[in-house]
Amino acid sequence: MDPRVVALSVISCIVLLGSLIGFYARSRHTMSLEQWTVGGRGFGMVLVWLLMAGEVYTTFTFLGASGWAYSRGAPVLYILGYQPLMYVVSFYILPQVWELGRKYHLQTQADFFQVRYGSTYLSAFVALLGVVCLIPYLQLQLTGLGDIVEIASFGAIPRAVAMVIAFALVAAFVFVSGIRGVAWVSILKDILLLGSALFIGIAIPYIYFGGVGSMFSALLQTKPHHLVMPGSTPNLGHGWYISTVVMVALGFYMWPQFFATAFTAKSGNILRRNAVVMPLYSVTTPLMFFVGLSALLVLPRLPDSNLALLTLVRKTFPAWFLGLIGGAGALTAMVPAAVQLLTGATLYAKNLYRPLFSPEMTDQQVAKLAKAMVLVLTLGALALAITTSITFVSLLLLGYAGVAQIFPGVVFGLYWRRISGRGVFAGMICGMAVAVGMILTKHDPYLGLNAGFIALCCNFAVTVAFTLLVPAEQRGIEELMADQTTVVEGAALS
Amino acid sequence: MRRPSLGSIALGLIPFLAVCFSVPLWDRVYPRVLGIPFNFFWLICWLLLTPVCMWGAYRLEVRHIPDKDTAHGS
Repeated sequence: MDPRVVALSVISCIVLLGSLIGFYARSRHTMSLEQWTVGGRGFGMVLVWLLMAGEVYTTFTFLGASGWAYSRGAPVLYILGYQPLMYVVSFYILPQVWELGRKYHLQTQADFFQVRYGSTYLSAFVALLGVVCLIPYLQLQLTGLGDIVEIASFGAIPRAVAMVIAFALVAAFVFVSGIRGVAWVSILKDILLLGSALFIGIAIPYIYFGGVGSMFSALLQTKPHHLVMPGSTPNLGHGWYISTVVMVALGFYMWPQFFATAFTAKSGNILRRNAVVMPLYSVTTPLMFFVGLSALLVLPRLPDSNLALLTLVRKTFPAWFLGLIGGAGALTAMVPAAVQLLTGATLYAKNLYRPLFSPEMTDQQVAKLAKAMVLVLTLGALALAITTSITFVSLLLLGYAGVAQIFPGVVFGLYWRRISGRGVFAGMICGMAVAVGMILTKHDPYLGLNAGFIALCCNFAVTVAFTLLVPAEQRGIEELMADQTTVVEGAALS
Repeated sequence: MRRPSLGSIALGLIPFLAVCFSVPLWDRVYPRVLGIPFNFFWLICWLLLTPVCMWGAYRLEVRHIPDKDTAHGS
């Protein structure tokens, strides 16, 4: 049989199966806004783990990690550096966020800012920042999905068609089942991704070199500098590594979709336990590096390093296996994209549109608007993914640097009673300006340091200085910080 | 908001020191372990050691808040 038909049939089956699971998850639950966005705050350890693993490991980890190992070498280790550390950071933040969320019925990251700082504008700004940063992330998932189908079909299926079909499915199950659907699809995605990563990460070095060790020996002979920083790059050295790892580890859970997973948990201790075990899931990451490094020896002149993994799999294995990897990859794009859509849509409806334009909206109306926004965002990201090309990866870096600027507001909000909302606002704007300015003028890295890290330092400095120098206006929840058992009237959003 | 205990924060700093700030000490190819360059091997080890540290931090934290998470309602 034609290998294209085989590979594509397998991919289609996996994608369809995933979507069916997504639809099925709806049953037994009436879809209120609370159920749709945070799963009724009822997720236990396993569902929270699945959801987090499902949305944190995106096509970037799958294709990007092998691609960076291929093209840049040792600097790719930064992924292995920040992954355990971001869970360490989450251990000290998410349970506390969860506690506030439970008490004040928070559903989004911007809700947190609304309740903590009592400022609608600050909250709306955080929501806007979140939505803007999510769009390139969403677009990256689409591009990855397009790549997968294009490679698997040997170019027979145009990527645009693949993207439209896959995203119609994603939008549909988000629309119907909300966050619960996403968590259940993650099961299939995690099994496939873990299984295929373990298999190809070990099998590919074995098939071509007789083992991982011999693969490294061969690489050390042909490219001795590739395996120590700065690898095959001019400027990604140790300073860049430290600053990038710190910036991403602190900023990672500031992505609004990851922040909001905290609200789905049944208890704060579930989030703590989850933070303890999550680094184990990262064992797949070094395997992706091994595949990327093998590809460098086997297929040294690829035009696009992001395709290294898929091209090598296509060269090595039979078509049905390529289909399996492609299906795992497609779900790896679809699951995170689903959460990104859901989060972006809720942020827009609940924290931007309602407070600024139509305060009298009920929760049902917000839910309707959010669902309509799912479609709008899907179409927007599709239009971007089809019309623009690779340069959007640099926009994603901007997105990372952007969301990291939310960190001071969250950590001070939890642990520094005196912090002023205006200080946080000023710091965030200053950090954004520095990050955007440096990245758009191509000063990233600057003096060997990650631009987002420099921006975050400026942000911290401005936030602290502003809070100490300008007398604080205390609206919002001074009492909340002091006594956890009093519910402050009027502070609760519902 | 109740702060995490100093002990648990100290345990959380260990992975930061090991995989982030100490990079000049371990970013080298030799000695290779099981054929894997030392820097790759070191970071893979810390995928397993970080949960050990955080498990310690977890024990400390739950001792301070015995099941309070589920005790107070909304």
